[in-house]
Amino acid sequence: MKTFYGTTLPNPLMLGTAQYPSPAILEQAFRSSGAGVATVSLRREGAGGAGQTFWTMIRDLGVHILPNTAGCHTVKEAVTTAQMAREVFDTKWIKLELIGHTDSLQPDVFQLVEAARILTEDGFQVFPYTTEDLIVGERLLEAGCEVLMPWGAPIGSGRGLNNEYALRAMRAEFPDVPLVIDAGIGLPSHAAHAMELGFDAVLLNTAVARAGDPIEMAQAMAMAVQAGQLARQADPIEPRDMAEASTPVVGKAFLS
Amino acid sequence: MTLWSVIGSGVAGLAVASDLVARGAQVQVFDPGGPPGPHGCSWWAGGMLAPWCEYENAEEPVLRLGQQAIDWWSDKTPVYRRGTIVVANTRDLPDLRRFARRTAGHVEVDRNKIAELEPDMKAFGRGLFFEQEAHVDPRQALQDLCGQLKDKGVEFHQNLAPPQLDNTIDCRGLHARETLHDLRGVKGEMLVIRCPDVVLTRPVRLLHPRMPLYIVPRGDGIYMLGATMIESEDSSRITARSMLELLSAAYAVNPAFGEAEVLEIGVDLRPAFPDNLPRIRRLGRTIYANGLYRHGYLLAPALARGVADLALENKHSEMVDEDRA
Repeated sequence: MKTFYGTTLPNPLMLGTAQYPSPAILEQAFRSSGAGVATVSLRREGAGGAGQTFWTMIRDLGVHILPNTAGCHTVKEAVTTAQMAREVFDTKWIKLELIGHTDSLQPDVFQLVEAARILTEDGFQVFPYTTEDLIVGERLLEAGCEVLMPWGAPIGSGRGLNNEYALRAMRAEFPDVPLVIDAGIGLPSHAAHAMELGFDAVLLNTAVARAGDPIEMAQAMAMAVQAGQLARQADPIEPRDMAEASTPVVGKAFLS
Repeated sequence: MTLWSVIGSGVAGLAVASDLVARGAQVQVFDPGGPPGPHGCSWWAGGMLAPWCEYENAEEPVLRLGQQAIDWWSDKTPVYRRGTIVVANTRDLPDLRRFARRTAGHVEVDRNKIAELEPDMKAFGRGLFFEQEAHVDPRQALQDLCGQLKDKGVEFHQNLAPPQLDNTIDCRGLHARETLHDLRGVKGEMLVIRCPDVVLTRPVRLLHPRMPLYIVPRGDGIYMLGATMIESEDSSRITARSMLELLSAAYAVNPAFGEAEVLEIGVDLRPAFPDNLPRIRRLGRTIYANGLYRHGYLLAPALARGVADLALENKHSEMVDEDRA
């Protein structure tokens, strides 16, 4: 498994921490899935450390914390939020999210590259939430990112991998870069699909937090990423147009 | 006869005092903030008695215990039994389907039925009607409880309770966190507006993936818009974003809300335990009753019964999670 800025994760599942029915259920979702990374938003809870109690709960999960800049629309906001996150969680990791469009929550890739450069120069280890665009990916790597996080589909949409062709191309284009599918996952099959394509991890939030039973769904997602990862390693067969009998016909005794 | 001292005159304290008195106990109430007012988060509540809707995102006890609330309140304050309407904009209809799946006690309503229930909601083609739900006016309810307690001889002290008191019941909400370490505050922001141009006669919920809103009519063209839920313990001010979201959601329900006057802005912290369910704890000579979260008016009756069971009969209801008397 590839490392994320030198850190090896226990498994390829990253979970968000928003929208759960309660902190108790959030905690059990992490326990039941064994997810190794928790993303946390600071933007809204932020001002003056007022979110401390909740953040302490997240810290107590004992997993790697990946603070995010969710809800930021400008480079300035994102950089300030990242700096605050570094203080609060004592980590260089930052999931850089720069929203460019209100309805699709599509990343603004131009500002993303700019913010990634500023933060990298400031010593951050940036996990950029990006599209499947290869050139943008390249620019982010040039800006100092060592991980890319393309979307599967718009945030919270639960549609799975909208553009499988482009995601395959991305995997092929950046064979050595850790790639995480971030956003758009709705079902375990989507998460397994991402891993089968060779992605290194899956980050999701809504699919678990807003499920009727987040604890069971978190567990299902953990099993799915594991299944997808194993399948990838096991070198799946190629699809073909005609049947291929698993028992050869030639050489069988004719009994008639 | 034992004199019970209830500390805190929010909805928890007053409900507890009320049940104790009803069961023959002698009670006094302490609250340094004085009579119910803006210093307590009960003042800013929606007052919805909506256990079926709340079950969408809450644990089972909220549904079961919440159903007792409507009857409990009925002989204490006016209870408006007009149900709840839940709607979503066309693009958010998947949320309406999910809401329907996760809740019970509703019927689907189409454009005609919605217009028949609430003529000013013509814009919505599909919704859910929770006929059994009800609501109260929280401020009226607090005043009514106070009045009834005073009539029954309960004394209200506008000061801190003396520390050496025996038989105290601590209902101070978030102020009790120095003892209840697993208590946290969840920020809520709300608005009170006046908009005589819009007539709604029952609580309306507008589903939205990021900014769910409810509107509770208070009569005379006054509406409460609520409420944000933020994992923050800053209760100083509303943010521009929250205000924008609340108002634009109301505008989506009926654009005439755009002409409303903003009468009040409320910000406070809901006291909550990690599972967002209330707890009763007896530690030494004090019983703590806390953690009503966003279900103050809905679960205070069950909390009060649990406290009275423990205090008067030494019975442990399901809300009691610790007893070190």
